Amino acid sequence: MELSTALLLIVLLPLATYVVLGLFGRSLVRNFSGLLGTALMALTTVTAFYVAAQYFLVSGKVNGVYQAQVPVKIPWLSFANGLSIDLGILLDPISAMMLVVVTLVSLMVHIYSLGYMKGEERYPTYYAHLSLFTFSMLGLVLSSNIFQIYMFWELVGVSSFLLIGFYFQKASALAAAKKAFIVTRFADLGFLIGILVLSFYSNSLDIPTLIQRLTSADSNELKSAVSAGFLGTSALTWGLLLVFMGGAGKSAMFPLHIWLPDAMEGPTPVSALIHAATMVVAGVYLVARLFPVYAADPESLKVVAYVGAFSALFAALIACTQTDIKRVLAYSTMSQIGFMMFSLGVSGFGGEAGLGYTASMFHLFTHALFKALLFLGAGSVIHYVHSNEMKDMGGLRKHMPVTHISFLIACLSIAGVPFFAGFFSKEEILLAAYHHNTIVYWVAIFTSGLTAFYMFRLYFSIFWNKPYDSHGHASHGEGGFVMLFPLVLLAAGAIGAGYIPFGEFVSTDGKSLESHVDIGFSILPVALGLTGIALAFLLYKNQNERPAKIAAAFGALYKAAYRKFYIDEFYLFVTRTILFNGIARPAAWIDKNIVDELVNTTGESTQWISERIKKVQSGKVQQYALLFLAGLVAIIVFFVYFWKP
Amino acid sequence: MNLSLLILLPLLTVLLILVVRNPQSARWIALGGSVVQLVLALALYVAFVKARSGGDTAIMLFDQQWPLFPSLNISFHLGVDGIAVAMILLTAFVVTAGILVSWKVSYMAKEFFLLLVLLAMGAYGFFISLDLFIMFFFLEVAVIPKYLLINIWGSGKKEYSANKLALMLMGASVLVLVGILGIYFGATGADRTFDMVKLSTVTLSSGTQLLFFPFLFLGFGVFTALFPFHTWVPDGHSSAPTAGSMFLAGISMKLGGYGALRAATWLLPEGAKEYANIIILLSAIAILYGAFATMMQKDLKYMNAYSSVSHCGFVLLGIGMLTKTAMNGAVLQMVSHGLMTALFFAVIGMIYERTHTRSIGEMGGLMKTMPFIMTILFISGLCSLGLPGLSGFVAEMTIFMGAWEHTDAFHRVATIAACMSIVVTAVYILRAIGQIAMGPIKAEFAALADATWYEKSAAVLLIAGILAIGIAPFWLNELIDPATSVIMNRLGTK
Repeated sequence: MELSTALLLIVLLPLATYVVLGLFGRSLVRNFSGLLGTALMALTTVTAFYVAAQYFLVSGKVNGVYQAQVPVKIPWLSFANGLSIDLGILLDPISAMMLVVVTLVSLMVHIYSLGYMKGEERYPTYYAHLSLFTFSMLGLVLSSNIFQIYMFWELVGVSSFLLIGFYFQKASALAAAKKAFIVTRFADLGFLIGILVLSFYSNSLDIPTLIQRLTSADSNELKSAVSAGFLGTSALTWGLLLVFMGGAGKSAMFPLHIWLPDAMEGPTPVSALIHAATMVVAGVYLVARLFPVYAADPESLKVVAYVGAFSALFAALIACTQTDIKRVLAYSTMSQIGFMMFSLGVSGFGGEAGLGYTASMFHLFTHALFKALLFLGAGSVIHYVHSNEMKDMGGLRKHMPVTHISFLIACLSIAGVPFFAGFFSKEEILLAAYHHNTIVYWVAIFTSGLTAFYMFRLYFSIFWNKPYDSHGHASHGEGGFVMLFPLVLLAAGAIGAGYIPFGEFVSTDGKSLESHVDIGFSILPVALGLTGIALAFLLYKNQNERPAKIAAAFGALYKAAYRKFYIDEFYLFVTRTILFNGIARPAAWIDKNIVDELVNTTGESTQWISERIKKVQSGKVQQYALLFLAGLVAIIVFFVYFWKP
Repeated sequence: MNLSLLILLPLLTVLLILVVRNPQSARWIALGGSVVQLVLALALYVAFVKARSGGDTAIMLFDQQWPLFPSLNISFHLGVDGIAVAMILLTAFVVTAGILVSWKVSYMAKEFFLLLVLLAMGAYGFFISLDLFIMFFFLEVAVIPKYLLINIWGSGKKEYSANKLALMLMGASVLVLVGILGIYFGATGADRTFDMVKLSTVTLSSGTQLLFFPFLFLGFGVFTALFPFHTWVPDGHSSAPTAGSMFLAGISMKLGGYGALRAATWLLPEGAKEYANIIILLSAIAILYGAFATMMQKDLKYMNAYSSVSHCGFVLLGIGMLTKTAMNGAVLQMVSHGLMTALFFAVIGMIYERTHTRSIGEMGGLMKTMPFIMTILFISGLCSLGLPGLSGFVAEMTIFMGAWEHTDAFHRVATIAACMSIVVTAVYILRAIGQIAMGPIKAEFAALADATWYEKSAAVLLIAGILAIGIAPFWLNELIDPATSVIMNRLGTK
């Protein structure tokens, strides 16, 4: 199969699925809509793996360097100023890698949902939305035009809205869906203006051209972008930071993260797909996509690094205190994305300096597998106990053996225990940070210790702690083959993915990057990770008083973290007090009482004047004669005394 | 292609409606006439594209001219360029959909359809006129039926709204008339004409242009909700019957945008350049202030009317930017907003007929009982907030792209203000559709029926238009591009 045909198939198959399920899901194919969607998704996945294999192993390299290819390019909208949006497909190491991630996780979620969502009234709609999301996400990663990314970016956002709000009759689901869309929309405003700035200076929307023009030292475009500025910062930095704002919104970076924990209102498989493995890493992907330009502008890269590092720590602290297992996972996701983000932030371009970039993409890859696994496992647990709260769980290891083992593997992987996938990618990130930024390195080391602690707090609370009390729910087992198979497969990934020689495939310059983890370097993070696990073991293996005591000892800090550092309250203040009561309400008032009142006054004064002068038309001939005479006199006086021709 | 057919067909429809006795025949005649007109509009598009690709580079195609008052140089001059063809397509779609959703109007049905078709005729005539005199004539034809439509078939404080709308639009027409006369008498000798094609080659004195541009632009601006002369929009739209609101927002507001471009900007380029910054200022205010005012509306029709103020601000912003890209965007926005807002008003009508309320807060969970209607609501809402794949995105992004070409602080601030509206729009749209479609369903709405055949056909027609622009914008862009070039050449800016 031609590569371009295969790529088009990858994008169009999910779209076709969406259209078919959207139009006929409720009638014709109702009962097998899930199977149909899954079958087509499997076909998409096979094609995507084929393309990735072709690219990485056969056709991607020229002279030992991976090349960016644009096998498809369709003119879509050309502006009169020479810029144009072409819908193209850009195939390079990171987009090929993302193809694998997105299709694999999506397929697993499709399969898992066959069991998890069985019997739902809106089952066909669910699969239709999943296909819409998969289509948008694949379109996003393959885009060759920055405006094209923005388009799919918005589509991803709306499919996320539809899926978070899937249980639309629940008020909390509706609120979460709106919040997710509006917060990311606000971030996208930055993205949009960033695109306008970057395209204005580079005079191109095509990503390879844009990168080339904004990085080669002798290009006039780069010179103008650097020399122009606003508030003491160059236009290039502004553009990049604004684009990063969009990325930070989608990737739930502080302070635009507030939508992610609430997004857990969606069905759990959706959280696994969208809010753990794929959509939330879109921001990381966006920075990686434009990485050569970021690398050429240290100012903006520094912001990426600090925002990433801060978010990683901030989210990890909150994760230690949450009791809803999906929220713990959500904050953990935010924290891990922070790792990917600062890893890009500390990276340089080319050769050894580009280790952070490779590490970031590596972590994105391994994280997608183990975090999807964690969410699907959590889904099975929730399915079993009918609750999201830790207090309703405990002692589940005997009831759900497969879930237990796969969850444990994922926890070991995220905690960075040696020989599991997360270990390899996290060590690379730490190494990159160690070489380039000491502050970020220490934040990262501390956070990775915390990660081990809160993940094992979660693990022990679910599977150990106290004997399971079913609260009268009839046990319906762990779930059938469709729910267990994805867990097993992803667990294999959470172990095996670490052994992929990632640096050979993904690097800043396309050349192979030898990555070697030094045992001496690994001692500290591994030791910290094991300490975290041990601490969790002491506190949560069995039911005891210690966790409550420790929480009390931390006092205000614990409370602040538990209340998510009051960021939601801050946003509520901004939206309710400033936007609604401060701007929108006065605007509506002014329109009604001032602008419109002027119109009414004009009308009323016209009436008032007519009311007064209508008396002149009295119908009395004598009065008319008098007026006639007065007029005549006035004209005579005017012409005799005032008229000077 | 014979352009006079576009006026004669509605005229014939009007006459037939007058002749028949029962309302059902009037309905079918109106629908039949509008469908034939739709086919005619599509044929016009095909013929136009064929002629253009055949190398016909005349400014106006399918020229037809009959002298009316030779002594005053007034003639019945018809012709179209790409912008006019786009507007005719828009009109044909909205009219057909409007007649479909009015299927169940029973009170004085014959008169109702007669006025709708008459209004449509005014719009078609306006878009194909090349003579300022007859253009003005058709503009008036398109205003008066609205007064009757609102006053007879309206709801709420309909007398007030009808008076307000008619008086404000009549006032605007007076300004337009003064502007037209100013142009006519501003030219001298053989140049003194109402013919726009001839006038476009005449350079009027600076004084004339600067004096009369505001009259013409402001006059047309009122039609397209120029701040602060937009207050007829919320009341007028809210009191009008469903089809009336669709025609008002979908077509009438576009008469203003088209006139501002065709008559004011094309014929008085000096004036356009002089007052561009004021236009930008007012339209940027309309966009953002309109969006914020929309947020506070509790009545669904008021909400969409205010949102129209905001969205039509983009049309004027696109014109005021005086760059070709932005001007293309302005035309795209006219077509896009016309389709989208017609769809929105149509779906509001459908909801109202079932729930008997237009208050957003009183609805809830309607997705459960009327999934089709709620899907229409979602599509129109998402188009309004600029979702890619639907027409609004293409238009707004084109305007942003064109606006960003200016590097000075004033234009940048105005552009960013306009960009900010995409967030505010998302807020009010999601609040509304969240409240209406989602959440727990109220008991009194649990047994409502979904859309009927005529409602479905109307929605599908408009959605097809929205998707045709949203998914494949290039055909429309290529259609209007040569036409805006002509105006841009007159302006002489980039």
